[in-house]
Amino acid sequence: MAMHTLVLGVIGADVHAVGNRILDYALTQAGFKVVNIGVLATQEEFINAALETDAEVILVSSLYGHGEIDCRGLREKCIEAGIGGILIYVGGNLVVGKQDWGEVDRRFRDMGFDRVYPPGTLPDEAIDDLKRDLARRDSAKSRGGGTLP
Amino acid sequence: MNTALLIDFGSTFTKVTAVDLEAKTVRTSQAPTTVATDITEGLQSALSGLGEGSSWRGLIENAVYRSACSSAAGGLRMVAIGLVRDLTVEAARQAALGAGARILDVYAHELTAGDIARIYSQRPDIILLAGGTDGGNREVILHNARMLATYPGKVPVVVAGNRVVAGDVAAILARKHSDVNITENVMPELNQINVEPAREAIRRVFMARIVEGKGLARAQDLVGTIVMPTPAAVLKAARLLSVGWENEAGLGDLMVIDVGGATTDVHSIGKGEPTMAGVMLKGLPEPFAKRTVEGDLGVRVSAASLWEAAGERRIRKNLDLMGTVGIGISPADRISKLAERTDFLPETEEDLAIDAVMAATAVELATERHAGTVEVVYTPFGATYVQHGKDLTGCRTLVGTGGVLVRQTEAARILAKALFDTGNPTVLKPKNPEFYLDRDYILAGMGLLAEHDPLTALQITKKYLKPLREGEI
Repeated sequence: MAMHTLVLGVIGADVHAVGNRILDYALTQAGFKVVNIGVLATQEEFINAALETDAEVILVSSLYGHGEIDCRGLREKCIEAGIGGILIYVGGNLVVGKQDWGEVDRRFRDMGFDRVYPPGTLPDEAIDDLKRDLARRDSAKSRGGGTLP
Repeated sequence: MNTALLIDFGSTFTKVTAVDLEAKTVRTSQAPTTVATDITEGLQSALSGLGEGSSWRGLIENAVYRSACSSAAGGLRMVAIGLVRDLTVEAARQAALGAGARILDVYAHELTAGDIARIYSQRPDIILLAGGTDGGNREVILHNARMLATYPGKVPVVVAGNRVVAGDVAAILARKHSDVNITENVMPELNQINVEPAREAIRRVFMARIVEGKGLARAQDLVGTIVMPTPAAVLKAARLLSVGWENEAGLGDLMVIDVGGATTDVHSIGKGEPTMAGVMLKGLPEPFAKRTVEGDLGVRVSAASLWEAAGERRIRKNLDLMGTVGIGISPADRISKLAERTDFLPETEEDLAIDAVMAATAVELATERHAGTVEVVYTPFGATYVQHGKDLTGCRTLVGTGGVLVRQTEAARILAKALFDTGNPTVLKPKNPEFYLDRDYILAGMGLLAEHDPLTALQITKKYLKPLREGEI
């Protein structure tokens, strides 16, 4: 089976590079083809990278608390760019202050994110989810089901 | 005497360079290009201009090495196609420019029937088709190949996209086009550019096919194959001058600026990595040997568009450069007249002054567009600096070429417009380079000679570029 391609990056005016490197390493070790666009990445850079590389997943990190503003509209832009069905995951310190995680999770899911991870999540958890989500897509495709909604 | 004969069929002048390979000396001559009638007429008069009593035919026959480049009859006209504008489209554009092409247009995403009609009307000599990283997107380049198979005529195509489908793409194109060339992807991985193989492929097509269609075939009977477009020869000479050859050292990072009547070309050789600490490089990396062409900046055909691009204020500011001579010149009138008289050669001091103003403005704008930029990004942790494109601040050598600069007595003052401007510090132009002038028009010729004898080409280039001293600035 061909390698699954992922686009990885840190969104917005965020320069946290260490977690990005760790995720790059962990995901590559787990057998994914990682296209790492690094820090200070704009929404357009995520989408352009996904278009050229035919990526199946966009993994967005945000560590500096402005994630909600930076991520707003990403799904809509993907739809405009013709890759509306792509999986989008997000994780990090997405919001500031002590907010109820369930509420944060719901807000990001409403924005079109498929998986939302709270601070302190280990890479393995996301890797397991990726494998599960991608396997489900592969089998849907092989049954002729096309992309999932 | 071991002579090499190097010929540049330019759009206006045919320039010949005869090199004595032992004494390492050069004689040059030029005559108007005669592409409309018989290209060899202009060549003959240029060769006769070399003098010394020998017949032009004798000069050709006695040369141990003959080579030619051309930008006559519109140069190498190309269209570049990719997927995303900032990624494979840009990489394809860089590849074509470095091959010495004139870019007619670039196309992103899926081509439409309207796009095909438009490309056809632009009459490209070669189409460069890219799109997708290796193993990446394949649908768009396949779609574009199918669309190009509906092209109303035949045109050579260079395929430099996703390796995985390159064979399929070529097979689709071959249904219509007889000259389809597969080469390496211009962007094998995201944000990695690989322009050299595509440049080579373009050059092979140029040598094999393009020259015939341009009335240059007769010239080939005399001088052998026309091996590359002129800008590619200049880029080759610039690269050799920068990196050196074996034990003969080069001059390090450098820029070559060619101000012409229709365009201003800028070449830079160097990695252009950030020179300041803490600056982050973003965006597509640029080629080590990078060429840009500004089609709206020139001193004759493009005089009107230069005026528009620069604006009156900037032109007036540069007019001050010329000191007292400039007073009383109405640049708007003069420039609109020059745009009509494209073969005008300056005669009076005032003519030269207005040419100098326009050339200075062209140098200023063309280098601004060529050089990278640094921008401040404010993050919650303070300011961060992000660089796009090449940092040329450390560039050590600046070479001016082209008839406009050569005719000027104060070329250094014009070239100084390529320098870093403290009033515009986000543009990473050279800070403290040495200035040189290609007074004898040898650069293209030395790019040709570099294919045969790089060491001599380098030594001659170093010997014949005239240093412009500080006192002349």
